Amino acid sequence: MTVSATEPTATGRRREDHGVVPGSRPSTNESATAPLSYDPELERLEIELLLEGIYRHYGFDFRSYAYASIRRRLWRRIEAEGLKTVSSLQDRLLHEPAMMERVLLDLSINVTAMFRDPTFYLAFRQKVVPLLRTYPFIRIWHAGCSTGEEVYSMAILLEEEGLYERARIYATDINEVVVHRARAGIFPLERMQEYTENYIRAGGTRSFSEYYIAKYDGALFSPALQRNVVFSQHNLVTDRSFAEFNVILCRNVLIYFARDLQTRVHGLFHESLVHLGILCLGSKETLRLSTFESSYEELSSAEKIYRKVR
Amino acid sequence: MIGTSWGGLNALSRVVAGLPATFALPIVVVQHRSPDAAGFLAELLQAHTGLCVVEVDDKRPIVAGYVYVAPANYHLLIERGFFSLSTDAPVRYSRPSIDVTFVSAADEYGRRTVGVVLTGANEDGSLGLKRIADRGGYAIVQDPATAEGAAMPRAALRAVPKAHVVPLDRIASQLISIAPPRPPAEYRVRAPLT
Ligand SMILES: C[S@@+](CC[C@H](N)C(=O)[O-])C[C@H]1O[C@@H](n2cnc3c(N)ncnc32)[C@H](O)[C@@H]1O
Repeated sequence: MTVSATEPTATGRRREDHGVVPGSRPSTNESATAPLSYDPELERLEIELLLEGIYRHYGFDFRSYAYASIRRRLWRRIEAEGLKTVSSLQDRLLHEPAMMERVLLDLSINVTAMFRDPTFYLAFRQKVVPLLRTYPFIRIWHAGCSTGEEVYSMAILLEEEGLYERARIYATDINEVVVHRARAGIFPLERMQEYTENYIRAGGTRSFSEYYIAKYDGALFSPALQRNVVFSQHNLVTDRSFAEFNVILCRNVLIYFARDLQTRVHGLFHESLVHLGILCLGSKETLRLSTFESSYEELSSAEKIYRKVR
Repeated sequence: MIGTSWGGLNALSRVVAGLPATFALPIVVVQHRSPDAAGFLAELLQAHTGLCVVEVDDKRPIVAGYVYVAPANYHLLIERGFFSLSTDAPVRYSRPSIDVTFVSAADEYGRRTVGVVLTGANEDGSLGLKRIADRGGYAIVQDPATAEGAAMPRAALRAVPKAHVVPLDRIASQLISIAPPRPPAEYRVRAPLT
């Protein structure tokens, strides 16, 4: 079964995702943690059972996600629903698909931004673009693209470097709601100032406002940026590789996975990259802790850009 | 666990400068700073201590002999023996949030957790310190009279009235006095990294 949430739910969440807007009130259920009386070992057991239940009943495999983060997200939901125990949430989500939809949104943390970490895009321009120029055709995979901000950023970068025509970008995420939003290409207008600053620091060569038009409170990005992009749903845990890529970007997704699962997904990336293909991770994710370290050389250690050498 | 905000660099430098390179507990520092601050905090602190100061990468093991600095723009979570990072929404306007880190440390390490709230101009850290104290851990608050920003230690004291109030220049010696004399066996191996 595929779970996809309705738009209003998704919209409500987005606000929260984008952080606390200055002047707004912080949300009330911030503790996001078990009551003191809760036995931590029992809590762990209940969470493991709940994740097993989600997997067996709905097919979503969160069993190897990083525990501390899963626990925080689940307690937020438990508090928001006025429940008391992890097991009571399990009961509800197994019997009510609508509850599962909400939990699914809780568990996939979709926070993102255009040109997030501008220095990464700068390094990409300087170190990766010259390599890409040597290829007649470039396949790029954005794994865990969330609502697509990163994908449009890359499309803009490639456009400005004259490489977009020969590129094909595959942008995927586990969560259908965000993939759908990514396809729409409308981002909150109030963030354009921040994105413009990021764009400039990322080495942008034009005027950022050329790329979108303001529509109500949204910024609609030029459909031309999408002409070589394919958005689709893909689960890194359960789905296979679907092509050979020159570049794979997977930023701030693996931090939500436990070590074993990270290693498995690195295996998937390794087999999906061509020889000398490029792997880009989030700025605090490292290959140094994985078994694939020796398969790659560093193109930029600060920006976590690697090249597959064996 | 040390949490701080406004005036934190100075206070942190003083604390780590007072600790020996053989200090038996791993130290975790959460300091508020601008989202795009690069890794300067770790470098600045390194100049003051014989412990190794590093900015945390995801899933890094937790080992004695290190001062771990929470990276800007991520929440830092404590798991069994290692760190996880998260880009969850800011909590009380902060990412990293001291509360988030302290709570996860208290829930994972319970009585074995030491929480220290230093100078700062907001109230982050008080909920987390309370959680540490409630789980039987050890709570220290910088004496507000010695803090550049008194709001944060004051809020922490309101939340944890029984916390130990310690002037800045004595926090290091207080930590030494409560730490085990030498690293427990499980911590004694140095991390293979850096
Ligand atoms: C924090 S966002 C990162 C967005 C973007 N890459 C960035 O760095 O700004 C993490 C994304 O990973 C996705 N995700 C989580 N688990 C996944 C899985 N098993 N397969 C694919 N995507 C997943 C979530 O839905 C979410 O959109």
